[in-house]
Amino acid sequence: MIDTWMNQISALLTQYPLLLATVKSVLLAVVLLIYVAYIILADRKIWAAVQLRRGPNVVGPWGLLQSFADFFKFALKEPIIPDTANKGIFLFAPFLMATLSIAAWAVVPVADGWAVGDINVGILYIFALSSLGVYGVIMGGWASNSKYPFLSALRSAAQMVSYEVSIGFVIITVLLCAGSLNLSDIVRAQDTQYGMLGWYWLRLLPMFVIFFVSALAETNRPPFDLVEAESELVAGFMIEYSATPYVLFMLAEYVAIVTMCALLTILFFGGWLPPVNMAPFTWVPGVIWFTLKASFFFFFFAMVKAFVPRYRYDQLMRLGWKVFLPISLTMVVVVASVLQFGGEAFGK
Amino acid sequence: MAAVLFYIFATIMIGSACVVIFARNPVHSVLFLILAFCNGAGLFLLAGAEFLAMILIVVYVGAVAVLFLFVVMMLDVDFAELKQGFAKHLPLGLGVGVVVMVELGLIAIGWQSAPNAPYAAASPMLANVSNTAALGQILYTKYAVFFEASAMVLLTAMIGAIVLTLHHRPNVKRQKISDQNARTRENVIEIKKVPFRTGV
Repeated sequence: MIDTWMNQISALLTQYPLLLATVKSVLLAVVLLIYVAYIILADRKIWAAVQLRRGPNVVGPWGLLQSFADFFKFALKEPIIPDTANKGIFLFAPFLMATLSIAAWAVVPVADGWAVGDINVGILYIFALSSLGVYGVIMGGWASNSKYPFLSALRSAAQMVSYEVSIGFVIITVLLCAGSLNLSDIVRAQDTQYGMLGWYWLRLLPMFVIFFVSALAETNRPPFDLVEAESELVAGFMIEYSATPYVLFMLAEYVAIVTMCALLTILFFGGWLPPVNMAPFTWVPGVIWFTLKASFFFFFFAMVKAFVPRYRYDQLMRLGWKVFLPISLTMVVVVASVLQFGGEAFGK
Repeated sequence: MAAVLFYIFATIMIGSACVVIFARNPVHSVLFLILAFCNGAGLFLLAGAEFLAMILIVVYVGAVAVLFLFVVMMLDVDFAELKQGFAKHLPLGLGVGVVVMVELGLIAIGWQSAPNAPYAAASPMLANVSNTAALGQILYTKYAVFFEASAMVLLTAMIGAIVLTLHHRPNVKRQKISDQNARTRENVIEIKKVPFRTGV
């Protein structure tokens, strides 16, 4: 009975590729959102542990259902729209931001061949969508028609645009080594006999560090969370937002963080590849390695939030333009020269 | 399928381009300009130029349009005042519009009368090479000089913009990062023994 159903369903799906893509996308989105719910909980738990607190521990065993409770609380509240706000743009901004951040996952290969759309320019696609994320911030800040949101939107836009430059150069060095813009091919290029020592984090170590720090700045995470620096700007560009629109902003922010963790995994940590090319490690499915690695990076995102003090705005800009940009620009030249003249030893 | 998508993208693109001109609020104009760019990227994708599509979004939407939006939001431009000279400049605008229209029409006619013209281009599309690689191979070999020259033009423009806007005002206190980093505990903190009930 079930077998025939399964056969019928698989026949139907292969007949209509559009339907297959839809099913895959919905499945990915559901899994991603549940993962993000626990990432938010983990963020709060880790932050609490560093400060010797317990963190959320009331809803569900060990607070495991906290994020869902928060979600329902926000969804059931009344959304308040300020009178002077530009209503259309005010409501469109969080929607746009959430859509863009989830859409980036369409090309992420969570295991070999497990990408919804395995497109040739995957890395550019993610880069393009993350550069569009700034519009949610600007539109939200402007449409609120109030001073603090507008100031923080301007700040955040300048910050995100500045750090995109160094992220772009870091990505170029990885592309030079891998010789492809396809995310799956970038992971396959790291599949060497040396296991985790062959991944790009070691070969491109300074770039790996720069990418991690730039990812913090790009997603407005502490210590670069000048967008919502409470002491100066109350709550950043989302002061006027409440209920569901606020949840969408929050969700977009965390999905963007998870995307950055996934990107770190793919570009520098060998994606779905096992750390050691030997028997017990190769039995574990690729998707588990991928999730473990992404969660590992998220742990560092959370730890940085807990113990690094916030940067001042001029320090942030100086770091982006006067430190990261020259280093990454030089590294692009160095990596290209080594690949061109260094021969077989370095390139692949 | 591709035809349907083409008409959707094209319709939205033309529609939003019209809104760019007719919108009263300049910020709305810029936002619709961005929508037009995104649909342009969609058309590039349909034509199989995926690299151009992504670069269009990264460069124009992600960077150039952000600056547009910045300027429009920060400057209090009174567009009603700008539109006052509308009737006066109408003939000139119409003239330019007609010339562009006629030229576009000529291209369309040429395409009709010689449908094989695109295939006779100087650098035909290579088979089984991805579009990014094909672009790179042409840009860095055949057109390397022009590519470098355009890069130099952009660099000049960038340096020019910096020179025009950068002016060091005297008597402004600035933080010297190297001095800050050179500070040590010894020359910053002084520990004094304060005698009990007498003060320093």
